[in-house]
Amino acid sequence: MTGMRGFRGAARAVLAALSLVAATAVAQAPDLPAAPKSAPQDSGALRVKVQGTLTDAQKNDPKLEDKTKTVASELRCPVCQGLSIQDSPSELSQQMRTVVKEQLASGKSEQEVKDYFISKYGEWILLEPQPHGFNLFIYALPAALILGGAGLIVLLVRRWTTAGVTAGAGPDDNE
Amino acid sequence: MNWKRSGIAVATLVPVIGLFAWGLTRDPNNIPSPLPGREAPSFALSVFAPGQGELQRPVGDTMRLADLKGKVVVLNFWASWCLACRDEHALLSMLAQEYAGKNVQFMGVLYNDVPDKGRAWISEMGGQSYPSVDDPGARVAIDYGLYGVPETFFLDVNGRVAYKHTGPVTPNVVHQKLDSLMAAGALQGALEVTKPAAKDIKPAEAR
Repeated sequence: MTGMRGFRGAARAVLAALSLVAATAVAQAPDLPAAPKSAPQDSGALRVKVQGTLTDAQKNDPKLEDKTKTVASELRCPVCQGLSIQDSPSELSQQMRTVVKEQLASGKSEQEVKDYFISKYGEWILLEPQPHGFNLFIYALPAALILGGAGLIVLLVRRWTTAGVTAGAGPDDNE
Repeated sequence: MNWKRSGIAVATLVPVIGLFAWGLTRDPNNIPSPLPGREAPSFALSVFAPGQGELQRPVGDTMRLADLKGKVVVLNFWASWCLACRDEHALLSMLAQEYAGKNVQFMGVLYNDVPDKGRAWISEMGGQSYPSVDDPGARVAIDYGLYGVPETFFLDVNGRVAYKHTGPVTPNVVHQKLDSLMAAGALQGALEVTKPAAKDIKPAEAR
């Protein structure tokens, strides 16, 4: 299990590096379809109105903030490339973070909030695929390849060395 | 030995090339929505652009999905900053008029935009025949699993999502979906009148 976790950690690091690249690319992309270029000036007022379901205490609750960050880091921003809604500055991501926070504040568990987004966007919304069914293949493949490769190397080295011994360290019979 | 080696090379390369070739046939932006077949998320949104003629709804009026049960609903998410929305606007506006008086409700939902800009855009585009509502905070958009605009949802007479269209709609898509959904609705209505117990016939199968 620790091996899997280690691999997932490494995969996450690679993903983070990739998303950094993607983030710069996104920042340079001039005309993304769903990122409002002319961001509405009074959208701040709009958002305050919507955020009305959160009390002041909830807005400043560090525990709720942490939980929101945890969940938001696992959800994919629909209008970006490989960014979480926590890392994305897009309008939709901000709104989705608000939804996450509100649902957590209303007493939903982290899994229930994730399930809500899965029910709307499909499993695609999760940055890290859930390890079940066909997805297990993704987790198992690198380990299988490494083990297979190591086995192949051991096998070949053993064959070469024994071939060398029996042939009296002479030139390989292939040549 | 050479045959063996080339055999291994081919056996390794063919699946990889095959996988890439298959990948090229797929559009990474086209992510299947889990919503079709499910009950459409409910909403109660305020009209900011009234529409024209018989399709008109007063500004400030609340449009609820619950009130539209029994009608086929075309829910078009749009924004004034969205370029592709310009392409489909005239068509949607015309089609809404074409289907006026039938069992269909067209409505626009403003996505991440402000009503003033939406109204200015509508007058710039020469008007919109059907009403548009505002969606503050994109709550309804998120409920519908929206990726961007334009996206159009076709809801059947039972308030279920029948189909989601990403990008500008085409006349064929709208006609085909609306006609089949209306036919299914009419069939269901007829069945309910004659045989109230015929619940095992699903309208979706009439497509």
